[in-house]
Amino acid sequence: MGYWDPSYVPADTDVLAMFRITPQSGVDPVEAAAAVAGESSTATWTVVWTDRLTACEVYRAKAYRVDPVPSAPGQYFAYIAYDLDLFEEGSIANLTASIIGNVFGFKAVRALRLEDMRIPVAYLKTFQGPATGVVVERERLDKYGRPLLGATIKPKLGLSGRNYGRVVYEALKGGLDFTKDDENINSQPFMRWRERFLCSMEAVNRASAATGEVKGHYLNVTAGTMEDMYERAEFARELGSIIVMIDLVAGYSAIQSMAKWARRNDMILHLHRAGNSAYARQKNHGINFRVICKWMRMAGVDHLHAGTVVGKLEGDPFAVRGFYDTLREPHSPMRLENGLFFEQHWGSMRPVMPVASGGIHAGQTHQLLHYLGEDVVLQFGGGTIGHPDGIAAGATANRVAVEAMIQARNEGRDFLAEGPEILATAARWCSPLKAALETWKDVTFNYESTDTVDYAAVATASY
Amino acid sequence: MKITQGAFSFLPELTDDQIVKQLAYCLSRGWSIGVEYTQDPHPRNALWEMFGAPMFDLADPAPVMKRLAECRVECPNSYIKIVANDASRGRETVALSFIVTRPALEPGFWLERQEGAGRAISYTIRSYAVTRPEGSRYDSAGL
Repeated sequence: MGYWDPSYVPADTDVLAMFRITPQSGVDPVEAAAAVAGESSTATWTVVWTDRLTACEVYRAKAYRVDPVPSAPGQYFAYIAYDLDLFEEGSIANLTASIIGNVFGFKAVRALRLEDMRIPVAYLKTFQGPATGVVVERERLDKYGRPLLGATIKPKLGLSGRNYGRVVYEALKGGLDFTKDDENINSQPFMRWRERFLCSMEAVNRASAATGEVKGHYLNVTAGTMEDMYERAEFARELGSIIVMIDLVAGYSAIQSMAKWARRNDMILHLHRAGNSAYARQKNHGINFRVICKWMRMAGVDHLHAGTVVGKLEGDPFAVRGFYDTLREPHSPMRLENGLFFEQHWGSMRPVMPVASGGIHAGQTHQLLHYLGEDVVLQFGGGTIGHPDGIAAGATANRVAVEAMIQARNEGRDFLAEGPEILATAARWCSPLKAALETWKDVTFNYESTDTVDYAAVATASY
Repeated sequence: MKITQGAFSFLPELTDDQIVKQLAYCLSRGWSIGVEYTQDPHPRNALWEMFGAPMFDLADPAPVMKRLAECRVECPNSYIKIVANDASRGRETVALSFIVTRPALEPGFWLERQEGAGRAISYTIRSYAVTRPEGSRYDSAGL
């Protein structure tokens, strides 16, 4: 059928995908790879004569390489190339309708995982990319040379508007740059969205006046319809917010629409990856998060939650590095140890600011800076609001920890090794940091990662 | 109040030795360095006055420290910050900035609210100091 061609040399303009295939027992891996290529491009279950009315060779995806997965018997990495003309310009929905459309339910494979993609620059250039990007975001905030700091308002559900605004104000006044609505707070009976927006913006402006800094609160505009989302975003703009947020579950087209709205309205667009782990976490089936990172950079978000390494949520250090590189780098070489199976040129598409959120605290600042670098938003939710001396004290502890660590790094100190000592020294003059270090000193999340990268340092046998 | 713009405003005021170490880090990364000052530290004021053009291709931090010392003399009662610029492709913006000198007294800002339709409020942040002419805003008399 022409879907397997080991001699095929991918063109620079081809979209490339790499799948982890677990064929049904008795199904040859090459046959399975060809079937995946077929089902994700032109094929149906039988031969159709109408193919002969088209230049069908162009539209057929080509599986060109199949490797056994190192240390995972029965699984295979299949590389598939797609001609540029298979995809509509500037549409994540169209791209994904092919690549993850029908094929994941295909009976010939027991499980299927999209591990990585190479997007040609020719296709990238049809996408807007991040509305704001790391550089412009920092210029708008006037904050340089250190990680940004945030916190998600807790409890996630149930606070009244006034009480919600209280948490926002305390956290921002205490030293954070951002606070955040959580993914599931939209417009519920306990607090409708306009109430939350009004109370949050009062808090943001009060905190800005109290500190002389630009501050922001990610107002979650996710709603049941696009019309509602635009209405909420417009209200956020009218109130002077610098940032709005949406959830990944809103869908790719909604995300692209909001990215265009954000570019038109000078707004930073935060994306919470709600729903992602439902399909990204298991190694043998679903979509690797690094692919979601690529799609979301193309779709045009400015912030994306991408893991903490040391926090409470899934995140193997090597895999997380791959996510961060995908979001931030202008060009990524192939790095198998980080799960980057293809070289990726980003053209001049702006970088996305990764967000580290979930079970992190001030005592891990040296590790966070080491693993995640300085272009990141460190979000200490419980690690701010759960501080024994109050929310503002929690915020101050985090800000002092970050500034002390950046100062030490810039002075040339081995901040990863000396981190605890650097923090302890700062805690001698900063009692909120002292209390934070004491409170959370034993909190770690050392569980084995579910999603680690499978690769061999040397090339494995090809079929 | 204490204005907390810049990378190190939550730390105790940096000593000159500590400033030199930060400058050495900037130079090791190939960044240019400027000294900027203002008496209008509004959060959205991205354009502080330059105390001379930024300095490029410095071998060591001494010329910056010399310029900072001059600025401190010539622009008393002002905010002074160090601004390092990274010219590398794709970055081309400020890489690090931090306040090194402040007025003795920082009166801060007040928040002006204009109540609009519904419950919407338009906010304006105003500096207490800018009600006086530039140059005399942070003189101790009158604040």
